[in-house]
Amino acid sequence: MLTEKTMEKLRILAESAKYDVSCSSSGTVRKGKQGMVGSTVGGVGICHSFADDGRCISLLKVMLTNYCMYDCAYCINRRTNDIKRATLSVSELEEITMEFYRRNYIEGLFLSSGVVRNPDYTMERLTAIVRDLRTVHRFNGYIHLKTIPGASQELLQEAGRYADRMSINIEIPKEESLKALAPEKDHKSIFLPMSQIQQGVLENKEDRRKFRHAPHFVPAGQSTQMIVGATKESDLDILKMSNAMYQQPTMRRVYYSGYVSVNTYDPRLPVLKQPPLVRENRLYQADWLMRFYQFSVDEIVDDQHTHLDLDVDPKLGWALRHPEFFPVDINKASYEEILRVPGIGVKSAVFIVNSRRFNRITSYHLKKMGVVMKKAKYFITCGELTSAFSQPIIGINELRPERLRPLLLSKAQQKRAAAEQQLSLDFKDEEDNS
Amino acid sequence: MQVYVFDNTLDGLLTAVFDSFFLKQQLVVLLAEGEQLPLFADEPYRVVTDSEKAERVWKGLEKHLSKEGLHMITISWLSEERALNQPLFNFICKVFRLNVSGLERNASDEDVLAVRNTCRRVLHEQLRMKQFIRFQKAKDGTYLGVVSPDHNVLPLITDHFSDRFNDQPWLIYDTKRHYGYYYDGKTVIRVTFENEASLPFDLSSGKMDADILSDNDQLIQNLWRTYFKAICIKERMNPKKQLSDMPRRYWKYMTEKNGQLT
Repeated sequence: MLTEKTMEKLRILAESAKYDVSCSSSGTVRKGKQGMVGSTVGGVGICHSFADDGRCISLLKVMLTNYCMYDCAYCINRRTNDIKRATLSVSELEEITMEFYRRNYIEGLFLSSGVVRNPDYTMERLTAIVRDLRTVHRFNGYIHLKTIPGASQELLQEAGRYADRMSINIEIPKEESLKALAPEKDHKSIFLPMSQIQQGVLENKEDRRKFRHAPHFVPAGQSTQMIVGATKESDLDILKMSNAMYQQPTMRRVYYSGYVSVNTYDPRLPVLKQPPLVRENRLYQADWLMRFYQFSVDEIVDDQHTHLDLDVDPKLGWALRHPEFFPVDINKASYEEILRVPGIGVKSAVFIVNSRRFNRITSYHLKKMGVVMKKAKYFITCGELTSAFSQPIIGINELRPERLRPLLLSKAQQKRAAAEQQLSLDFKDEEDNS
Repeated sequence: MQVYVFDNTLDGLLTAVFDSFFLKQQLVVLLAEGEQLPLFADEPYRVVTDSEKAERVWKGLEKHLSKEGLHMITISWLSEERALNQPLFNFICKVFRLNVSGLERNASDEDVLAVRNTCRRVLHEQLRMKQFIRFQKAKDGTYLGVVSPDHNVLPLITDHFSDRFNDQPWLIYDTKRHYGYYYDGKTVIRVTFENEASLPFDLSSGKMDADILSDNDQLIQNLWRTYFKAICIKERMNPKKQLSDMPRRYWKYMTEKNGQLT
């Protein structure tokens, strides 16, 4: 039965769960069924609301309990933190989920939990809830279940039959940093369940080939998350790790979470005034390049460039390092080449390839299609010579990258760059000398 | 240049296409009834909507266009935008005149691009309806959702809701176009009400009258508002992003935005 007390518990447990950034409800299409409530849409998923921080609310992201026996330095729910603790009863959680879902507030449930007593005990309780939701409440919506590191394989196997997606967070890409911050965890306890789930999915695929009605096992695959800015890892380390993750057949998404200083008293962690939002954004852009723009990780970061450029996006950064690739002829180049032009996204690249069958594309067309000509004009030729945009005189090879770069920065960034240059004129030295 | 005036229906527009070919008039300015005539125009030609002619044009379109192209026409029509009439008319004429396959994918053609973009906007809004419709439960178990979308998108979303909530009766009502869809557990029917003022909910805020609201609905609404507030990370406040993904015009019917915690 829901009461006013539930409200306080929900508040505490939502606040404990909110630092996990995963939110998507995509990856599996399931039509509604007679006698069950709910469906999943796949594709882009449905975000039902957007919180004041601009992040989408798709699933009811909540913890079963925020009591935890672990003491991971980066986590708000660590054992030694003095925060309010609460536990939702199984029936409360199920009722909230169903009532929210029926009112179209949410797309499903994203359930996680602090570890109490031992991993198996915790996982058992999580499994019981998803089982109840599917079998008793006949819930057919989306369920994303957090895997508890160290839980036994049998429990994962059972949970996987009810959940759409299961995830376990890497959090820190390098094992030695992870061990320094979370003494109870190591990489084995994270990668073992990951591979167990993967194995389950692959076996299930095989089964479904033979028996059409074999039940699904984690149909929406896995996701994971890495914290950015809590440790010294470079973007190279982070992106190498996510690249390795994407090589696995069941890994669908890697999320990056800019570290929010929740435990400021811990000397092992940096004290940040603000989460590293720009860096997080650049990492997501790099992630997109790997997934949708056919870039390999070595093209985005390498040993000379271990960090992503914070002033320009990684695609533009790559273009500035490779002037020999340009200019790209819009009317002749392949789709893959057009995708690499800064200012042209997947949508406009498809438009271009489809439209040039009919007539030559000019910069006027490109502008209408939504290409960001401010950027793209330095990297393309598109046939007509008279246009102010595509005269070869002002391309990247004529200007050289180092002179083009300042032209592409935004006003604010230019100002910041100018200010930095001014600061470098150090007057103190002069005084000391004199 | 010849001015055509039609009755602002899709059948009327298709009839206009038929007539323009029949009368061998190529440059046509298409206006809906009641629109201002251009200066120095000849006497406008009145298109008399004829479902037979429209049918023939549509059959022709089916031969020339892919499914995607046909969808583009029907979906963009739901936008109810006056500015769509001329590009859509030109696009359909071009389909017949140029007689090439796949014209609907030529984004370098202004008319195609205009129809395409309108279609995209309508599809975007139907997604927003799927996102932002909020139901309230009445005492008799009916769920009510009130909306006022910019485009006439309700026909596009009923399948989604009857599939998802197949065991709960619901009513989705469009206060802008004064009609709605009611699902009784089996079929979806279109409903209009003679006397809107007597409806048991507030048209401007979408709130159901307290005496027919089910017993714990207020509590659940408050639970949702609590959750909505709690999930936000204060250090990352970004109201601009929130507004671009969830424009303010949708807020008035949304539970988390149209009421205070009580």
